Order: sequence, then structure tokens, then C-alpha cells
Amino acid sequence: MVGVIGYGAYIPRYRIRVEEIAKTWGADAPSYKRGLLLKEKSVPAPDQDTITMSVEASRYAVRRAGIDSARIGAVYVGSESHPYAVKPSGTVLAEALGATPQAHTADFEFACKAGSEGMFVAMGLVQAGLVEYALGVGADTSQGAPGDALEYSASAGAGAFLFGREKILAEVEETDTFMTDTPDFWRREHQFYPEHAGRFTGEPAYFKHTLGAAKGILKKAGATAKDFAFAVFHQPNGKFPLKVGEMLGFTKQQVETGLLSPTLGNTYSGASPIGLTAILDVAKPGDRILMVSYGSGAGSDAFIFRATDLLPKVQNLAPKTRPQLDDNKFYLDYGTYAKFRGKIRKAG
Amino acid sequence: MFSSRYWREIPQRYRMEAAKCSGCGHVSFPPRLICPKCKGRKFEKVRLPDQGKILTYTVIHVPATPFKDEVPFAIAVVELDGGVRITSQVVDCDPSTLTIGQRVRTEFRKLQEIGDAGILCYGYKCVPA
Repeated sequence: MVGVIGYGAYIPRYRIRVEEIAKTWGADAPSYKRGLLLKEKSVPAPDQDTITMSVEASRYAVRRAGIDSARIGAVYVGSESHPYAVKPSGTVLAEALGATPQAHTADFEFACKAGSEGMFVAMGLVQAGLVEYALGVGADTSQGAPGDALEYSASAGAGAFLFGREKILAEVEETDTFMTDTPDFWRREHQFYPEHAGRFTGEPAYFKHTLGAAKGILKKAGATAKDFAFAVFHQPNGKFPLKVGEMLGFTKQQVETGLLSPTLGNTYSGASPIGLTAILDVAKPGDRILMVSYGSGAGSDAFIFRATDLLPKVQNLAPKTRPQLDDNKFYLDYGTYAKFRGKIRKAG
Repeated sequence: MFSSRYWREIPQRYRMEAAKCSGCGHVSFPPRLICPKCKGRKFEKVRLPDQGKILTYTVIHVPATPFKDEVPFAIAVVELDGGVRITSQVVDCDPSTLTIGQRVRTEFRKLQEIGDAGILCYGYKCVPA
């Protein structure tokens, strides 16, 4: 049996409201709030990036697992905003945890699916018996071009999951994936901001792949929506995950625990992983959880987890996700946000 | 900061590894070759706690050039639980609201970017607890 033995999330404290962005660009804030169900988003501080947030989330995961970090045999960070073009984020993370030198690492990139892919590989290495513990992290400080629709959602956060074969908090019951070559969102080499194909990112991209992976895993597991206590889907906004949940037969109650995007924004590789941490914070023994990621390009990974009797014993050992999202926030004006995100061209 | 110097300080900056004297128990951070209390030369590697309190602080308004976009920012002497003192930037706060005795904890942050093409330097900073 393989499963999650530790988990953690990190969400920066800075926020910007949809109204503040819309005011700058002369856009209609109520239409964004109504249409995409977005209220505000997280903003990384100038000294935060994918690496720093991965370290914090992973430290919480190690704390909940109660293991010696030196026994982690693989560290994978999935992100589309790795701080270096060449030099792995995983090296810094592994060093900060004390997992070096005997740890495999390489960075993953698959738009918003890189985190779940890292989780899958980490889980697979443990299941194969190649390593004792493995860490999969989804983290991003995502960028949206100024004035673009993405700017209202592109946010920052990290979710980390330690996999092992003993003292399991959430057993992995089933996995599946659904992937095609679909150019709905991309960023070319040396480009600062990503490009997207507008409404093409919806039906043939997000919905096709999310539904494909979800239906595939439900068929493999012989399960239906009624068999789950919770479901978490990739959340580029507040609307898509609710709609895809409804299409699969999930109620709003099953989806809303892991639905963070209305006040968090889209943390890209961190999105469904952080949603999963919010569910693990409150799940009870025996609860089944469906997680389906989505990454443009395009593909979805699906996992079915079942919470064990150990989960409630560790939920309070590290900061929970909802309080990080709801408490201790600092709101930014657009000018400070633009400065924080490097959107202002300066002299020299 | 040169890559070599940054690399040498990784155990302290990333993991806050200190040296606990095997003879008298005094904790040195950064580690020393000779214990300043008992002159002992044997040490045990320990990690410092991530919580502490502000002993004193100052707010920087005229910084060194690499940090000019960060003003105003606070630098504090923080006494970690157990008594070891560190000097650290305190972030995620309005510096004018800090108080002596305030509880803080360490977080992993980017300390410096060496120009547009150099290495990224990481380590600990403090945030309000």
C-alpha cells in the first residue's frame, strides 16, 4: 500500500482584489466576479518564488509525517515559474529540507499539471520500492500580462505531498491520466508572459481533459460521484471546477471544501494540490477524495485517495490551508502589486 | 555574493544548523571551531528553533543599492527560543508596527539576486508569528 504520509500548503499573505485590477484597466469588475467567480488573488512578496514556497509547504509536510528528511529519496517540484531556466528548484528544496545528497531530483514543467505529475512520479517510485519516501510539490508564482484576463487570476502558492508505504494518512486507491497535444496556453522561450487561445482554453482543453481523466479513473475504480466525500479539480477560476463537478454528478458541497480559487486565484501547478491540502485538513477516516488536475498543453492527472485513521492525528501539526487563505492578509494597490511582480520598467 | 561563499553558508542559511558544544552545551551560530565558553573542540550539529522574539530592530530607509526597491524594511536582532540570537530582516509586515518583544518565526526567502544573470541567494528571514 502506498499513500500520502505528510502534506502541507503555503499561501503568501499579500492579496489584490479584482476591483483594484479592473480599475486600472477600465474593466468591469462585477462581470469578472460574476462570470469567473473570482474576488481576489494571492500575490507573492518580492522575496518569494516557487522555491521559497515549495520549501515552506514541504517543511509542513515533513512535520506532519514526522520522518527524518535524510530518508527522502526523491524530490520533484512541478512549476511553470521555476526561478532558474537552468538549475533545478529541487536542489534548493532538497538542501533546505536536509534530504541531500542521496535524493533524485529534476524539475517538472507541464503548465498547471506539473505538480500532479511530480506527485504521480513520487508515488510511483515509492510503490516500486525504489525509494523509501518521495516528495511531490506543485508551486507557482504565475504571471498574467497586464490587462489580460489572466491577470485577474494568476496567483501564487504551493502544495507538497510526501509519499511512503507506512504510517499513511491518505491511501492512493487509483490513478489515471488523460493527455493530448492541445495548444490552448503556452509561453515561448524568453517570453515574460504566457499566451492563451481565449475561449479555446475551455471546452476542447480544460473540460475535455478534466472529464477524460475523471471518467477514466471512475471507470477503473468502479465508482461514481456518490462514493466520494470530496472532489477537487483544477481551478483556473471559480466557475470551471463547479461546472465540471456538476457534469460529473458531484454536489456543490463535495466540491467547495477544496475550491479555493475565488479568494486564492489560480496557483497553476499548486491549484488542485493546494485544494487537496484543504480537504485533508478536515477529512475524516474512510473519506474518499477525487483529485483531478489540468495543465494546458494539455492533460489531466487523476487520483483517488482514502483517508486513514492516522489523518486526524496530524491535521493540527502544521498550519492548515484555509486559515492561511482567510487570515492575516495584506491588500495591495495596483502600483505596489506591479512593483512586486516586476511589471514596471525601470532605468538601468 | 560569490557562489562559493554562498555555497559554504548553505547549512546555516537554509537549515539554521548550529554547533552545540559537547562539553558545556553552549550553542554557537554560526558554528565555531572552538567553543567560546569552555574552549571545547567537540560539537554536535543541531538545528535552531524557528520561533523567537525581537530584541531590538531598526528600519532601513537608505539601503545598499541591491536592496533599494525594498525600503522601508526592518532589520532585527531576534532571540530564538533557546537563547541563540540572529540578525534578520523582518518581512510581511509594516515596519512601523513592529515592537520589541514581538514574537516572530523564520521563513525561507530569497535574500538577494546577483544582478539579472547571477545566482539567486536564499536563506531565512523573520515574519510576525
